[in-house]
Amino acid sequence: MKVLVPVKRVIDYNVKVRVKADGSGVDLANVKMSMNPFDEISVEAAIRMKEAGVASEVVVVSIGDAKSMETLRTALAMGADRGIMIEAPEATEIEPLAVAKILKAVVDEEQPQLVIAGKQAIDNDMNATGQMLAALLGWGQATFASALEIADGKAQVTREVDGGLQKIEVALPAIVTTDLRLNEPRYASLPNIMKAKKKPVAEKTAADYGVDTTPRLKVVATEEPAGREAGIKVGSVGELVEKLKERALV
Amino acid sequence: MSVLLLAEVAGGALALDATAKSASAASALGPVTALVCGPAEAAATAAGIAGIDKVLHCADDSVANGLAENLSALILQLAGGVTHIVAPATNSGKNVLPRVAALLDAMVITDVTKVLDANTFKRPIYAGNAIQTVQSQDAVKVLSIRTAAFEAAATGNAAPVETVTLSDAPALSAHLEDMVVKSDRPELSSAKVVVSGGRGVGSEADFALISGLADKLGAAVGASRAAVDSGFAANDLQVGQTGKVVAPDLYVAVGISGAIQHLAGMKDSKVIVAINKDEDAPIFQVADYGLVADLFDAVPELTGTL
Ligand SMILES: Cc1cc2nc3c(=O)[nH]c(=O)nc-3n(C[C@H](O)[C@H](O)[C@H](O)COP(=O)(O)OP(=O)(O)OC[C@H]3O[C@@H](n4cnc5c(N)ncnc54)[C@H](O)[C@@H]3O)c2cc1C
Repeated sequence: MKVLVPVKRVIDYNVKVRVKADGSGVDLANVKMSMNPFDEISVEAAIRMKEAGVASEVVVVSIGDAKSMETLRTALAMGADRGIMIEAPEATEIEPLAVAKILKAVVDEEQPQLVIAGKQAIDNDMNATGQMLAALLGWGQATFASALEIADGKAQVTREVDGGLQKIEVALPAIVTTDLRLNEPRYASLPNIMKAKKKPVAEKTAADYGVDTTPRLKVVATEEPAGREAGIKVGSVGELVEKLKERALV
Repeated sequence: MSVLLLAEVAGGALALDATAKSASAASALGPVTALVCGPAEAAATAAGIAGIDKVLHCADDSVANGLAENLSALILQLAGGVTHIVAPATNSGKNVLPRVAALLDAMVITDVTKVLDANTFKRPIYAGNAIQTVQSQDAVKVLSIRTAAFEAAATGNAAPVETVTLSDAPALSAHLEDMVVKSDRPELSSAKVVVSGGRGVGSEADFALISGLADKLGAAVGASRAAVDSGFAANDLQVGQTGKVVAPDLYVAVGISGAIQHLAGMKDSKVIVAINKDEDAPIFQVADYGLVADLFDAVPELTGTL
């Protein structure tokens, strides 16, 4: 079974984002970029399936600017077999709908049985690409996975839902999106980073797939959120209770 | 203009708070038809929400568990002529809405915090460190509502209820089991008071300190990702960028450092209290009242005093 995993290059989760003074967007100049953490979880899930003999090949695909190649190489260093680099405008500007359309074209070509995607990218926080891809393919979807098992042409998935957990079964081929509890992604070892440089990567552009990536949403403004007034430190539990009583909170 | 609102049903009942908050966002866009998938009582409760003009009730088993393929087929079946499709940005809303949007060739707009006009919306990006105003050019706008940013619509309405059925279920997935813990505490997303514990609490057993304080305050229990990952608390209690977003009157953070991802889920709370033994913990930068103390001393004392 072939598994396809899309990976996105995003601002590192440790970086505090600043809005540009002119309100035109956020400042991405000279900030650390990394693989979207949920995509690391997806890559890890796919590699574990390969190690367990469930998957035969793990193909990773990144859609973004030329630097997304680094992200792809990271996925290859973790253990993916081969990559597809699809150059498109800045990764953060390309919307999930356009990404899903490109991925659909990739799926049509590659014919994987399973696509494992992160539940959300931590830049635009959309939480949409996997569901949109499933819709375009007419496939079943299992989002927010915290456990995943493949048997008898089906995926059994435990999902993180609002009140706890839900277990569902999806017929393959299907899309699974990953949540935080699915696994702890490995770090790529130095020898594997070296090896990854020799793994095959096909280089494409969004235009090769005939997908129009023009955003549907026009960004009118980007602004700082309302800040909070700095508070005070209280010296004791008693003082804290007093303050809360003053404001009728307890 | 007209709106199809997907009502939130949880544990066989209408989630009134999430639905009423989404209804107040939706009613700014036009007459609202609410779709309720669940028992008849849930539909009747939805019919009582102000701003809902009509309720469509679907009692089909195929949509009872929120399976995205079936539910999106039903929404599409009912969406003829509507200009907006709206749902609360809960996990169930987030599961189905992007699928609906893609089927309509529209770009979904998730976590809307403000409706400016029929095409223009505000939403947070980068864990809430920036707020974007976006304008949609799509024929049908598909939006999920960040409920913490809206007031709940009033109740006391009596909208008419009509029955609908899904004519053709894709049946690509099947529901096997819900593993839902019943709790007598208030629901996290809608609670007036939330007490959250972090890694500092140290163990699942000691997390009872957090629930004890919560019970004294009539509060919901929340947790940081580290507390959930460590098994101190259930996954659905995670507050943050990738968990639940809350904005209660009072949020008490205990043994939580205040990472960006956690702040994203609680920094719009009206009053924030932080208890942490590290005086430099970033949580103190957003706290109205900060107490530098060992939680194992402070929390029992606080619970005892209240
Ligand atoms: C993709 C991604 C998504 C994420 N999503 C979320 C999310 O939605 N929500 C979330 O919360 N996090 C999220 N995180 C994790 C986040 O980055 C932090 O790692 C996490 O919030 C830390 O949890 P914590 O504050 O409990 O633990 P820590 O950062 O370890 O802090 C523990 C705190 O407890 C204090 N402490 C320890 N012992 C005591 C004591 N005895 N008395 C008093 N204080 C004590 C310490 O001083 C410290 O400040 C996400 C991370 C990633 C990468």
